[in-house]
Amino acid sequence: MTVLATTLHPGRLLGPEGAGGRPDLARHLATHGPLPAAELWGPNGRQWLLHEVQRSGLTGRGGAGFPTHLKLRTVYRDGAGYRDGARPTLIVNAMEGEPASAKDRALVGGAPHLVLDGADIVAAVLGASRILICVADDRRTMAAQLAEALAQRASGVPAQTAAHVDRTIVTLPGRYTAGEESALVASASGRPGVPAFRPDKSRPLTLGRRPVLVHNAETLANVALIARYGADWFRQLGAVEAPGTCLATVSGDVERAGVFEVETGTPISQIIGLAGELGTTQAVLVGGYGGSWLPAAGAATAYAPAALRRVGATMGAGVLVVLRAGACGLRETARIARFMAAESAGQCGPCLFGLPALADDLELLADGAASPDLWGRIVSRSALVTGRGACRHPDGVARLVSSALDVFAVDGHAHARGRPCPASHAPTVLQFSRPVDSGQGRR
Amino acid sequence: MKIAVDPAACDGFGFCAGILAGLVSLDEWGFPLLSQASVPDELRAAARQAVKCCPRRALLLSEDRRLTEDRPRRRRRAA
Repeated sequence: MTVLATTLHPGRLLGPEGAGGRPDLARHLATHGPLPAAELWGPNGRQWLLHEVQRSGLTGRGGAGFPTHLKLRTVYRDGAGYRDGARPTLIVNAMEGEPASAKDRALVGGAPHLVLDGADIVAAVLGASRILICVADDRRTMAAQLAEALAQRASGVPAQTAAHVDRTIVTLPGRYTAGEESALVASASGRPGVPAFRPDKSRPLTLGRRPVLVHNAETLANVALIARYGADWFRQLGAVEAPGTCLATVSGDVERAGVFEVETGTPISQIIGLAGELGTTQAVLVGGYGGSWLPAAGAATAYAPAALRRVGATMGAGVLVVLRAGACGLRETARIARFMAAESAGQCGPCLFGLPALADDLELLADGAASPDLWGRIVSRSALVTGRGACRHPDGVARLVSSALDVFAVDGHAHARGRPCPASHAPTVLQFSRPVDSGQGRR
Repeated sequence: MKIAVDPAACDGFGFCAGILAGLVSLDEWGFPLLSQASVPDELRAAARQAVKCCPRRALLLSEDRRLTEDRPRRRRRAA
């Protein structure tokens, strides 16, 4: 995928020129100025920042959309904070395991110092002693850009926090589920990077004995903006329930696949218009590979949590994949299901066995193998895997599959009667981080 | 009393479905499905028995309204 196509309004994060090039601390400081030292590092700086983040309404940009200030409060302590041996760790999540997402790469390529500013600020608010910047081990460019940015800051940014903070770039195996926060913490501590079963998610994760907080890179970049320009400024753009801008990765049947910074609440049709639709759009995959298909008529929906919830979708990690009219949405869904089955961490039976079974079913449907009980089996198996994993991986696949049955229902019923659409063996428009064998070219 | 399965720990031995048949059935792959999260009074003894008999210690029981305890970490150190 072309990662770095970005001319955009309003360019808060990526700047008017968009992303690209090498990290440049001088340009960063010329654009944004230094962090407001008096407010941030003053006696009430921690409370002030926490309050600004709360007022800003910032929500996590990694996929779940959880309010950032609430997440901070799971680890934040008033007063003196933590004792020295128990100071928290902050993890910057730049794993970007979602194959159709390129936003973290675009952000790190275009504005690494905003991400690192945000990490420094949150580390100070939490009283953290350590920042781990986690990058997938096959993203060498990203790791190099971050390393160069860190090196520039070592000399170019005055010491900002009273307490010493270690900043380390960590490269970790980048499976789909590896970016899930408990999996990331496990991986960063040297254990297998698989999600943990957490009945109570309000309890902070721990690394050794220390509490650890995981924030997406884009979320932290927004914290850096809020610290400088304030909550009121931040709320001037975007949807009321999730203000600000977001980085959307548009791919599929478009002229210029890439990352676009848009206000939250921008209609989906307008966002994909930035990338230039190729032909007539049939459907849009929204959120990610564990997201939902929306029919072309749904593209008028605002890209914001409340409006998307009404049509059964979420913003997810900012992924939008355009599928043109005439393409086979069922085949594409089968490919995603097969990919997601292979990306399962393999811990939980319903995911380990259920996702391959669902992928099998979808391939049969895409092939047009007439079988009277196939449709019903896909519906019941989707329901069967939902809520039955330690993480939400199976839930996402089930949601995607259910939305495909809705959106591609007309095609689907023809397939189920043994009449697959002509495009059912056409090449995919999807991005995958590993080859997916899903009946493409199969007889 | 609430009951839950730790799906990451469960390996589908299925003893729970035998011991606690009123509450646990097995899906098509042999993994437990709970018909409800709260344990009726008459099934409490069976629920405790099922918890004890699980080879993976994957059944969680709580007298509380919520399952608040994290799972003890599985001893699975790299060789």
